Amino acid sequence: MATTEKEIVNRGALAHPDLTRLDDVNRDVLKMLTRPGKGWWMLFGAAAAGVGLFVTLWAYQMIRGIGVAGLTSPVGWGVYITTFVFWVGIAHSGTLISAVLFLFRAPWRQSIYRAAEAMTVFAVMTAGLFPLIHVGRVWHAYWLIPYPNSRFLWPNFKSPLVMDVFAITTYFTVSATFFYLGCIPDIAAARDRATGWRKHLYRIISLGWQGTDAQWHHFGNAYVFLAALATPLVLSVHSVVSWDFALGIVPGWHTTIFAPYFVAGAIFSGLAMVITLVVPMRKIFGLEAYLTTKHFDAMAKLMLLTSLIVFYAYLSEFFLAWYSGEEVERTAFWNRVFGNYWWATWTMLTCNGLVPIILWFKRVRHSIPALFIVTIFINIGMWFERYVIVVVSLSHEYEPFAWGVYRPSFVEIGILIGSFCWFGFWFLLFTRLLPPVAIQELKEVMPPPLRKKKSLEGAH
Amino acid sequence: MSTAVSSPGGQNSGVLASYEYLDSTVDAIEHLRKAGFKPQAYAPYPDHHIEHALGYGRSPVRVWTLCGGLTGAATGLAFPTWTSLDWPLVVGGKPIVSIPPYVIFTFELMVLFGALSTIIGIFVLSRLPAIKPAVLYDPEFTAGRYGVYVEADGARLDEARKILKAQEPIEMREGAKHA
Repeated sequence: MATTEKEIVNRGALAHPDLTRLDDVNRDVLKMLTRPGKGWWMLFGAAAAGVGLFVTLWAYQMIRGIGVAGLTSPVGWGVYITTFVFWVGIAHSGTLISAVLFLFRAPWRQSIYRAAEAMTVFAVMTAGLFPLIHVGRVWHAYWLIPYPNSRFLWPNFKSPLVMDVFAITTYFTVSATFFYLGCIPDIAAARDRATGWRKHLYRIISLGWQGTDAQWHHFGNAYVFLAALATPLVLSVHSVVSWDFALGIVPGWHTTIFAPYFVAGAIFSGLAMVITLVVPMRKIFGLEAYLTTKHFDAMAKLMLLTSLIVFYAYLSEFFLAWYSGEEVERTAFWNRVFGNYWWATWTMLTCNGLVPIILWFKRVRHSIPALFIVTIFINIGMWFERYVIVVVSLSHEYEPFAWGVYRPSFVEIGILIGSFCWFGFWFLLFTRLLPPVAIQELKEVMPPPLRKKKSLEGAH
Repeated sequence: MSTAVSSPGGQNSGVLASYEYLDSTVDAIEHLRKAGFKPQAYAPYPDHHIEHALGYGRSPVRVWTLCGGLTGAATGLAFPTWTSLDWPLVVGGKPIVSIPPYVIFTFELMVLFGALSTIIGIFVLSRLPAIKPAVLYDPEFTAGRYGVYVEADGARLDEARKILKAQEPIEMREGAKHA
């Protein structure tokens, strides 16, 4: 096929200008599913060791009781709830990329979305453990679910904590099924090239997908509906999480901006985590043709936008605390910045408000090492944001005699570190077992192979 | 361009052609449909040209989404209402049946049931999981090739073969689709 001048011009507008043949995508993506190298095994070993730490400490807490955590009056919610909110927040950008940007037809989402969606599923899996860890007697955790017990006692459906149970389980179920559905055609592609045990595995989990017209037809139609259902879910889940706080009367929690503030923060932290994960993946697997500066630029711009929203929310909280004239509110916010936890608040303000300012510069957005460093700051900053909201607010409520200081115990710190390992464990397995870049979606945005020069668009 | 022809089957036999180009595939489908055949297509990604050539409208999977969503919404509103009335307890001075918080359960269960029934819908409509694998299949369909499959017997099979061949396939296979 001769390449016409018009096509060369159009190629510059394509998301992946270096890709020409459809089966190149299979070659490049499926080569990631081969025998892992030393680096992977080292990372995987470290993650597995961390999971061991996680399990051990949790078991220790189950045996000894919740007292081994640093939680005590007045701070009854500490690192566990902080980390829960952190991981739920991380999850959000995956659904944003896979569903919201799908509906908006963003031309840069295809190569990132599979990794982002996997991140969502694993982040919710991590987050979901924390309420169970936090309740202490985890063997009673099924009490959270409404079931017909002997006395027909039901949960209080007016409580945001019950809303949370529903929101998180729905989010996990929907994002996991959405993720699996998107994977099926790509698993089939892996099946058609694989040998040995992988072939058997992929044959089973691809469910006999062959890419027939009927399969694609229903798949394509259903995907739009699933995206349309998942889109409001992105907004709702973190709103519900924010109401865990906003519906309480604790100074620093009881504000109406919490839902949009949390959603923006969630997307902000999630995008940062996507970049943190995707940069090494791109380097290790040589995905430069798939993840171009264009993709990173687009994500950095979204991060910049959400960072501005988050920073605006911080400032408006301080302003309103002062403007309310409420002594309790004023003291609470003064305490945030200059009290016992000043370091946490300043970490949050610096990492989430000041550091992202450099994203205004195109040179930073186009430099992958610089972006990577910025995202590390944001990941840290967003964890501290939740720490400030949860812990600092509780430590400084109404009566001065009830004020207190909370120190996380080694069990809590260990479980926090272990949660990153648990997340990494699944993510590392994912990069070796499932196609980490969406093969089929990339082909949709590539120019189709044509025998004749005439465009097919005339057929409509 | 080699044309591999395997043994022609008896009744219910068909022919599968693999193409390199999208326009050849679309042309083959259109010519087959004009000649009264019912072709089936394979593609590495969902392509609207192929769907258009096969005369697809909207997928009935939308009905599954709607039914699931409505069931979920109804459940999400009815369940908290029923449990509140089953054991009436005033919490925080709110009415026994307090609509604003129940809207959240209505929404969450609408999304949950809607998504799950959409998934079930896809599986039912596109006959997945396909436990009996099709024998006539080209593993390149998930990589970069398009395919057209037609089922016919005798003289009609010759006609279909001719139409498929006219679009210069990379490969042609024949036989019954299922073993």
